[in-house]
Amino acid sequence: MNFLVESISRFGRPLTNSLIKLGFACRFLLAILRHSATALLRPHLTLREIWFAGVLSVLIITVSGLFVGMVLALQGYDTLQRFGASSSLGILVALSLVRELGPVVAGLLFASRAGSAITAEIGLMKTTEQLAAMEMMAVNPIARVVAPRFWGGVISMPLLAAIFSAMGILGGYLIGVQLLGLDSGSFWSQMQGAVDFRLDVMNGVIKSVFFGVAVSLIAVFEGYDAPPTAEGISSATTRTVVTSALTILALDFILTAFMFRGV
Amino acid sequence: MKRGMIDFWVGLFALAGIAALLFLALKVSSQGNLPAGSSYQLIANFENIGGLKVRAPIKSAGVVVGRVSSITLDPERYVAKVTMDMDSRYHFSRDSSAEILTSGLLGEQYIGITSGADEKVLSAGNTFKITSSAIVLEQLISRFLFSQADQEKEAQ
Repeated sequence: MNFLVESISRFGRPLTNSLIKLGFACRFLLAILRHSATALLRPHLTLREIWFAGVLSVLIITVSGLFVGMVLALQGYDTLQRFGASSSLGILVALSLVRELGPVVAGLLFASRAGSAITAEIGLMKTTEQLAAMEMMAVNPIARVVAPRFWGGVISMPLLAAIFSAMGILGGYLIGVQLLGLDSGSFWSQMQGAVDFRLDVMNGVIKSVFFGVAVSLIAVFEGYDAPPTAEGISSATTRTVVTSALTILALDFILTAFMFRGV
Repeated sequence: MKRGMIDFWVGLFALAGIAALLFLALKVSSQGNLPAGSSYQLIANFENIGGLKVRAPIKSAGVVVGRVSSITLDPERYVAKVTMDMDSRYHFSRDSSAEILTSGLLGEQYIGITSGADEKVLSAGNTFKITSSAIVLEQLISRFLFSQADQEKEAQ
């Protein structure tokens, strides 16, 4: 009988632990929102985090966007040419980037570049007892450390996704028009005819805001929840990247189902 | 890094993000819907709309004059009821005809309006009297095959 109970509890433990962690994450988000006013009233804290999470990620976002757009144009041209529809290359590049690749790939890069750094930073502050020291001095670490990092990420993400999409479309233009010799006028006009600002561009921006909230929350939560050891920080950093990537992909599916189901 | 420098770089970053969004808005996409208040609605009933979709363009002489706003099935007559948002700058005579056309061989479908000669014009909520449905490729092929078979019979 004991053996049976033990086996059931062994199988159920990961699920129970995940639910406990999810509940704690929800409570943590509410705490961040409650203390956001204090963080936003001191804008230099948030500005520093936008610089750290956003400005320092611009280079990787720009270069990746350019290359993704260039590869899309090369591959798209190869396929479209078989149907004699190579002039629709602009539509293919723009719609893929604005609707999906822009927010998703920018989100994945943001999670790996900025999310992991935020987790490591907060985890290290916890390990070196800086958070405990703040509490001793009656400074709330959620208001002083966590909330500015969360809002810095949330604000940076849509801007990074927009830069990624714009650079990708420029990359597509470089390959399609400059290298493969498509007509520049039809490249842009066909794109403008097919891409709708409200339906495509704004939905992409909304997606990136959701991804920004998800990645920033996961990053600060994993840092705050990390065991205060070197090993704990390293596994928390890995968890941030893995959980963020999976969350972005799952959220993307759900949001796409809501936004583009009837189109 | 000094606070002034951080402010400068964050400002530059925000500017780059807004510039990218403006680029997407002005160069990459069209504003899509007509501005509110400058459009009126017309209705056209079709026996078959083929692959016509909501937001498909409505063209007259090749110029976009509106967009399809909704497509429903009339439950009494079993015809497709297409509601169109028309640009208020353009008005068409009452005997205008609306037909579903395809841009290119495999392109998207749109509604083409050919203006008539009547002096009175269609106003908001009016319905097109003359319409012609989308050409369905399967029907076209089957008609061609039947006519071939008939010709062969007559020859025999």
